[in-house]
Amino acid sequence: MDPEQFFAASRLVIVAGKGGVGKTTVTAALARAAAGVGLRVLVIEVEGKSGLASMFGGNDLMYDEQVLLAPVEGGRGEVRARTITADQALVDYLHDHGLRRLSGRLARTGVLDVVSTAAPGIEDILVLGKVKQLERSGQFDLLLLDAPAAGHAVTFLQSARGLLDAVSVGPIHAQAKDVLEMLTDPTRCQVVLVTLPEETPVNELVDTAYRLEDRVGLSLGPVVVNGCSADLAGLAVDPADAAAAIGEVLDDATTDALRRAAAFRRSRVELQHEQVGRLAERLPLPQIELPFLFTSALGPAELDILAAALTGGLRTLAA
Amino acid sequence: MSDQPTATDATPEPAGVPEPVAAPALEAVPDLTGLVDGSRIVICCGSGGVGKTTTAAVIALEGARRGRRAVVVTIDPAKRLADALGLSALTNTPTKIDGPWPGELWAVMLDTKSTFDALVVGNAPTPEQADRILANPFYRNISQALSGTQEYMATEKLYELHEGGAFDLVVVDTPPTRNALDFLDAPARLTRFLDHRLYRVLMTPTRAYMRAMNAAAQAFLRPFARVVGMEVVQDAITFFQAFDGMEAGFRDRASRVLQLLTAPGTAYVVVASPRRDTVDEASFFADKLAESGVAISALIVNRMQPSFGGPPPAEARSRAEVLAGTALGDHYANLADVSTLAANEEAELADLKGRIGGATVVRVPLLRSDVHDLEGLDLVAAHLFARPAPR
Repeated sequence: MDPEQFFAASRLVIVAGKGGVGKTTVTAALARAAAGVGLRVLVIEVEGKSGLASMFGGNDLMYDEQVLLAPVEGGRGEVRARTITADQALVDYLHDHGLRRLSGRLARTGVLDVVSTAAPGIEDILVLGKVKQLERSGQFDLLLLDAPAAGHAVTFLQSARGLLDAVSVGPIHAQAKDVLEMLTDPTRCQVVLVTLPEETPVNELVDTAYRLEDRVGLSLGPVVVNGCSADLAGLAVDPADAAAAIGEVLDDATTDALRRAAAFRRSRVELQHEQVGRLAERLPLPQIELPFLFTSALGPAELDILAAALTGGLRTLAA
Repeated sequence: MSDQPTATDATPEPAGVPEPVAAPALEAVPDLTGLVDGSRIVICCGSGGVGKTTTAAVIALEGARRGRRAVVVTIDPAKRLADALGLSALTNTPTKIDGPWPGELWAVMLDTKSTFDALVVGNAPTPEQADRILANPFYRNISQALSGTQEYMATEKLYELHEGGAFDLVVVDTPPTRNALDFLDAPARLTRFLDHRLYRVLMTPTRAYMRAMNAAAQAFLRPFARVVGMEVVQDAITFFQAFDGMEAGFRDRASRVLQLLTAPGTAYVVVASPRRDTVDEASFFADKLAESGVAISALIVNRMQPSFGGPPPAEARSRAEVLAGTALGDHYANLADVSTLAANEEAELADLKGRIGGATVVRVPLLRSDVHDLEGLDLVAAHLFARPAPR
């Protein structure tokens, strides 16, 4: 599949996964890859803190759009990012519905707490309603939504269906209906699930996948398996033999270090194959593997590597 | 579970996998035994996916090993760990886990709604008032929809378990909050919600009276009803009416919970992974706790890249380049990868260590597989309590 084809399939791509699996990293890599094929991308964060901007070398995200990657000379592709929180979405919503005068006061007095308790899911619908507005505006070629961590992602995306049942009339009903229409239309929205090649994240991903499909009716795109260590063929040979084969001499300490490091890597790779296989067995979705990067912090250079791997992975998928 | 191996039992190692070395040799091996012996409450905080639940379970298990009557309150354990702890479903009463230890080990999976129900029943002047509240649709939404409620109920549960007297060590796994301080703030936050200005407006008893309400109050209600419908507003009004007279009890309870959260004997353990984003979050949390006058007792860093010794990263890398294309080149490339990462991770921690005062820092290496049974907990315990790894 051409990466262009994948990104053109739906304007909204929701990235979801368990906490700590690299959901935000994958969101950033998707954004980078999409900008690379000339698309104007908006990344939307719905939870407060996120390291997304720093991967592009930018500052913390705010409600106002920030340019994270400007178009190169003569090019069109760019990445912008912003947050959407329920409080701010409520203010916007009231503005749009002729209640401008009250909006500031309502948000300040914490009425949202009462409203959201009265109608659970209303905060999520306010956020998703704003996303829908952006999706409809046509201002961007691609919207990437970095969803809340796994359990909450299902609740978040289920909010529309829940509210449709709970609130039978009025603007919230209409809003929920519109949001659900967007979420369940595969030409408008798809979900990319992220996991690590480890047991618990794989289990949770499978669970989340079925819940999103069955309960919300979302279309699932490829699964991204993040943090896959590359196998090094030479590690199958004992370092002492490997040295002897090319006439190198190693001292005992070095041999020992190389041997233990190799055993560590090989056991990781083996476990990883096991989990990737298990995932394929339990969830019939195409997989894209992203490499494990031996660094503790991701910046623009690492992001380029991940975006390239993602683009390569998309190319291997059937059209 | 009496057939579970203890730390000294012999279990075969997977062949060919050496035990990784985590702690640098320069420091004395840090150990959390003092924390387990000296605390009545241990609160594990950190961002999602760093291993809080596992850490909480390991600390409680160690308590039982050291003769304490320990209980671990978990929020949302992975299914296999829950199974290992005998937690097949949400339950509001602790389940005992039997094992070869002198103390006791119990576990609870927090049930937010039942905890809240118990609090309402305990605070209501009459059973009828409690029933009215419990039956109200608005009330039933609180436990699933009001943000901060889960945190609040976690603190409430720990207060209840501590005060109940059946346990002398309560270990709590906190919800993965955006701002870990939400946990400390939760009791006050719910009290503020119940005390809200809107609440007083909504306290108007009848529709007839509502018509007579002042313009400001009307202004509050109108958009509310316009957005969610009058029926929902009516539920909220009924709830706040039913709740009348109980705010003081809740406020009082919340302040006692907060007192316990900041009392000596309550220890905070921050769990992190050695990546910059979670380290940043851990240091932010440490700063905020310090502002509230609370010190962090320990920092547990999970998933550390083990070190294997040998030449320094740069040397290994240049050997790998020279020997590229050979098996030995692959070996050097691998050693360069892992030792670079190990050094990077230590650098991330160095800054954090400076910001957490005298807290003990414990490193747990990346383990061979997920922790989902008592055997796995033992493996982590070996690192937290400076014991030889179970073999």
